Amino acid sequence: MTNHYIDFRNADVILNMGSNVCENHPVSYKWIKAAQDRGAVFIHVDPRFTRTSAKADHYVPLRSGTDIAFLGGMIKYILDNDLIQREYVVNYTNASFIVGSKYDFMDGLFSGYDPVKRKYDKSNWAFETDENGVIKKDPTLQDPRCVYQLLKKHYARYDRDVVSQITGTPKEDLLKVYQIYGSTGRPDRVGTELYAMGWTQHTVGTQNIRAMAMLQLLLGNVGMAGGGINALRGESNVQGSTDMCLLFHIIPAYNPTPRAKHKDLATYNETTTPKTKEPMSANWWQNRPKYMVSYLKSMYGKAGTKENDFGYDWHPKLDDDQNCSWLMLFDAMHRGEFTGFFAWGMNPACSGANANKVRQGLASLDWMVNVNLFDNETGSFWHGPGMNPKKIKTEVFQLPCASFMEKEGSLANSGRWVQWRYKAVDPPGEAKPDGDIMLELHESVRKLYAKEGGKFPEPILNLKMDYATNGKFDAHKVAKEVNGYDLTTGKLVANFTKLKDDGTTSCGSWIYSGSYNEDGNMMARRDRSDPTGIGLYSKWAWCWPVNRRIIYNRASVDLNGNPWDPKRAVIRWDPAAGDGKGGWIGDVPDGGWPPMVDKEKTKLPFIMKPHGVASIFGPGLNEGPFPEHYEPLECPVNRNLLSSQRINPAAKVFAGTMDQYLTCDPRYPFVCTTYRVTEHWQTGVLTRWLPWLLETQPQLFVEMSKELGELKGIKNGDVVEVESARGKVKAVAIVTARLRPFNIAGQTVHQIGIPWHFGWRWPEDKKFSRGGDSANLLTPNIGDANTMIPESKAFMANVRKIKSKS
Amino acid sequence: MKISRRNFIKASGVAAAGLGLSQLGFDLSPIESYAAGLKIKGAKEITHICCYCSVSCGQIAHVSKGKLINFEGDPDHPISEGALCAKGAAAYQIHDNPNRLKKVRYRAPYGTSWKEVSWEWALEKIARNIKKSRDSSFVEKNDKGQVVNRTNGIASVGSAALDNEECFLYQTFLRGLGLVWIEHQARI
Repeated sequence: MTNHYIDFRNADVILNMGSNVCENHPVSYKWIKAAQDRGAVFIHVDPRFTRTSAKADHYVPLRSGTDIAFLGGMIKYILDNDLIQREYVVNYTNASFIVGSKYDFMDGLFSGYDPVKRKYDKSNWAFETDENGVIKKDPTLQDPRCVYQLLKKHYARYDRDVVSQITGTPKEDLLKVYQIYGSTGRPDRVGTELYAMGWTQHTVGTQNIRAMAMLQLLLGNVGMAGGGINALRGESNVQGSTDMCLLFHIIPAYNPTPRAKHKDLATYNETTTPKTKEPMSANWWQNRPKYMVSYLKSMYGKAGTKENDFGYDWHPKLDDDQNCSWLMLFDAMHRGEFTGFFAWGMNPACSGANANKVRQGLASLDWMVNVNLFDNETGSFWHGPGMNPKKIKTEVFQLPCASFMEKEGSLANSGRWVQWRYKAVDPPGEAKPDGDIMLELHESVRKLYAKEGGKFPEPILNLKMDYATNGKFDAHKVAKEVNGYDLTTGKLVANFTKLKDDGTTSCGSWIYSGSYNEDGNMMARRDRSDPTGIGLYSKWAWCWPVNRRIIYNRASVDLNGNPWDPKRAVIRWDPAAGDGKGGWIGDVPDGGWPPMVDKEKTKLPFIMKPHGVASIFGPGLNEGPFPEHYEPLECPVNRNLLSSQRINPAAKVFAGTMDQYLTCDPRYPFVCTTYRVTEHWQTGVLTRWLPWLLETQPQLFVEMSKELGELKGIKNGDVVEVESARGKVKAVAIVTARLRPFNIAGQTVHQIGIPWHFGWRWPEDKKFSRGGDSANLLTPNIGDANTMIPESKAFMANVRKIKSKS
Repeated sequence: MKISRRNFIKASGVAAAGLGLSQLGFDLSPIESYAAGLKIKGAKEITHICCYCSVSCGQIAHVSKGKLINFEGDPDHPISEGALCAKGAAAYQIHDNPNRLKKVRYRAPYGTSWKEVSWEWALEKIARNIKKSRDSSFVEKNDKGQVVNRTNGIASVGSAALDNEECFLYQTFLRGLGLVWIEHQARI
C-alpha cells in the first residue's frame, strides 16, 4: 500500500475493484464506514454481488477479466472532460515527456513485437533526449509526441459503447462511476482504490493496477491522505515475506537477484543501479551499492571481505534470462528437474493453479520437507485422490512448527506497519518455532560439509547464522541484523542513510533499517498519540521506510510546499522551522529537501523513480507502456472488440500435456472465478481444522445465477460437478440473485464463482456432506506477463448436476 | 493525558465502584462478584497480532500457569480497536486443537503410512538428503562458462506465514545452500 488501513477514513471516494474488502479484510471496513459517515461514496465493482456490494453506496457489475476496458474508459472520460489535476500532472508525472519516434501502437500491438518470442524490444519505447541526455519535455502538454497526447490517443478508442460491450457493465453504470471518481481530480477531493487478487490474478494483472495508478496520478491522488493505490494483501506477513524476498527474482530488499552476466560485484552495481541525467531527480536507487554490500555483510559476516567482493561469488546467480517463478517451478518439478523440495508453511497441492499438475509433480521428487501446524494436502499428497502410495517414491518429512502465538517476532501489514508479537505459550508436543528448525537444519548441513567436504562448501561454511541465544533461535538478534550494524563501532545503525558500500556496515534488508536501532525495538511501540490528526499513529509500532506512513507524500503538496488540501495535510513546509532554515511538518517526508520552488536544493517527489516523477507512460513493463485490454486466456468471446490481439501478446503459454486451455469451447461455456470467504483462509490449512470455523463454512460450494440454475436444471442445494479443461470438483450449488448473467456484445454470458479453501485431506467425508477439494484443480497455469501470477480469476468452466438436494 | 479506551473502561470501573448504591440507585455487587469470577482474573496479558489477513488486528492472549485460557481483540489497537472477524476471533483454536501436528512424521519411499520419528533422526536424514541433492545438481559455471554457483536440484516454497525474522533467516539458509528456485504465496 502507498497508504494504510486507517487512512481509508480520509477519502472522499473509495473504489473497491479487484477485491471483496468486507469479506476478506473485514475489520478494515471500519475505516471505510468512517469515511461513509463523513459523506464519502463507496463503490464496489465486481462480477459478484457480495457483502461488500451490500455495504457500498453503488454496486456495479463487470465480467471477470475486463478491468482494463473499464478503467481505460474512465481515463478517456477524465481526459475528455478535462478533470485532471493539471499542476500535479505537469510537475509530478512524466505526462510532459516526449516519446521517441520509434514508439507506435497499432491494432493491439505496440512497436517492437516479436511474435515468435512473444516478446517486445522495449528500446522502441524510449523517451527522446537532448544533447546532454536530458529527456525532452513539453509542460504545455500540447506536443503530439508527449505522453499526455499519446495517452489521449491510446484511450480514444475506449468509448462507453465498446467498454460496455466488453465488460457487460451497463453504460449508465459506467458513467456514474466515471463521474463520481472523476470528481477527485479537484485538489480538495481525494479518491482511493482498494484491490487484491481480483486484480492481480490475471494475464494482465500488473496492467490492471497500472491503469488505476495512472488514474490516481491524473487525478492527483497519490501521496495524499485518503488517496493512493492500496493492495489489500492476503496474508498476515506477505508484505514482510516479500520485503525479505522469498522470491526468485529479488534479494532483500528489492535488489535484483544477481545474474550470470553480473560477473563481479562491480559489474552488478554498475549494471543494476539506475542512472539519470534529470537534474532534479533524487534517484534513490543510486544507493543500491550500499544496500548490496551491507546485505552481503549480513549474509557472510567477517568472511566477506573487500578482497573477495564481500562473498559475492558465494551468492547463487540466475542465468541471464532464467525465470524461476511459481508456474515455472512446478513445470520444472513436473518434468522431474528437482530431487528435493521444501513446502514450508505452504500447501501448493491446493494453492497452486492447475493443482493436478502440482500434485503429480510432487510424485517426481526424491524427498520433500513439509513444515506446518496441521496435516495438509501437500505433505499427504501420496495418499490423495488418484495416487497409489506403493508407486510413489517421494520421501516425506513432516515437521511440526509453532503457531504465531507460540513464538516471538515481527510482521508487516499491508500498510507497511511492522508490529512485534510476543510469545504467549509453548507450542504443543514436540512442535518447534520455525526459526529453531532453520538453525538446526543449517547446523546439520554445515556439520556434514565441515566434516566431509562437498561441492563448493564456502557459502555454507561462511554463512552468518549466529542467531541463537542459549541454543535457541533469538528473533531479536535477527531483527538487529536486519536493521544493520556499524561494524566499526558494533552499534546498530540509526537508519539506511548510514549504510556504506565499503563493508563497514551490515544490513539484512535496508528498508527495515531503523526498525531496531540504538533507540530500541521500534516495532514494539504502543503509543496511541496522533498529532497530525489524520490517523498516522506514527509512534505505534514502526513503518517502512523510515517510519513514513504515506509514501510519495511530497506529492501531496504544491510547488511551495503547501498541502493541496489543508484539511488533511500529510506534510507541509514550515519556513520558520529549523531555526529559520525551513523544514517539513507532519509525516516523515520522502527526503528532507525543500519544496519545488527552491530549484537549487529541491528534488522531485517520486524519489524511487529514476527520473523523479511518476510514470503515466511506463516503458518498463513487458506488454507495453500503456495498459491495453486483452481477453483472458480462456474467455467466452472469440474476438477482442478493441483489436485483433485476443490475449496478452507477452504472456507465456505452457504447452505440456498437463497444460490444457480451451476457449470459446461449448464444453466449457461459463466464466468462472475463484475467491475466498470470511470464515476460511487460503487453502484452509489454518481454518478447516478449527471446529468453530468449519461449522460456519463446512463445504465447497459454487455460486450461480437463477437464470443459469434454470438453464442447467440446478436448484439451490443440489450437488454439482464443476469442470474445466484441467480438472473437476464436486460442490453444493448456491443458486442466487447475487450473480446475474452479463450481456456481452449482445450475447448472454453466465459467470460462476467458487471459493478455494477446501482440500480432500480434511474434513474427511466420503459422502460429500462436508469438505470437498481445491478449486485450483480447475484454474489455468498461465501467468501475468510481468509477474507470472496465475490467472485464477477468469477462466472457462462447466457445471452439471449430480444429485438433487437430499 | 489522553486516555485509551481500555484505560477508560478500567477508570470508569473504579469510579463506578466508588459511587456506591445510593448514588446509582441500583446495587452493583452482583456485577462485581461476576467480574471477580471472570476466568481471565489474574491471567497474564500478552499482546498479539492476528495471523490471518494483512489488516493486522490487535489481539490479547490471556495466559494462566503457562496455559492459554483466552484470546480476544485488543481494544487499544488503533487499527482494529478491539474488533476481530470470525477467523481472528477463532484463533484460540489454533493453539488449543487436538489436530495439531505434535511429532515429526516420516513417510518412507513407497510407504503407505506415516511413522513418528525423532527430531534428531529427521534432521540428520534431511541434511544428508540436502547434501546429496546439492552435490549432484550444483552448477559452478553455466553453459556459457559464466560463474553461477547454484543448486539446480532443490526448490522451495514458503512462507508468508513466517515472521520477518524467520523470513530473513530462511532466505539466508536457502541462498546459503545455493538455491535459486525460491518462491512463495506472494507470487500467487
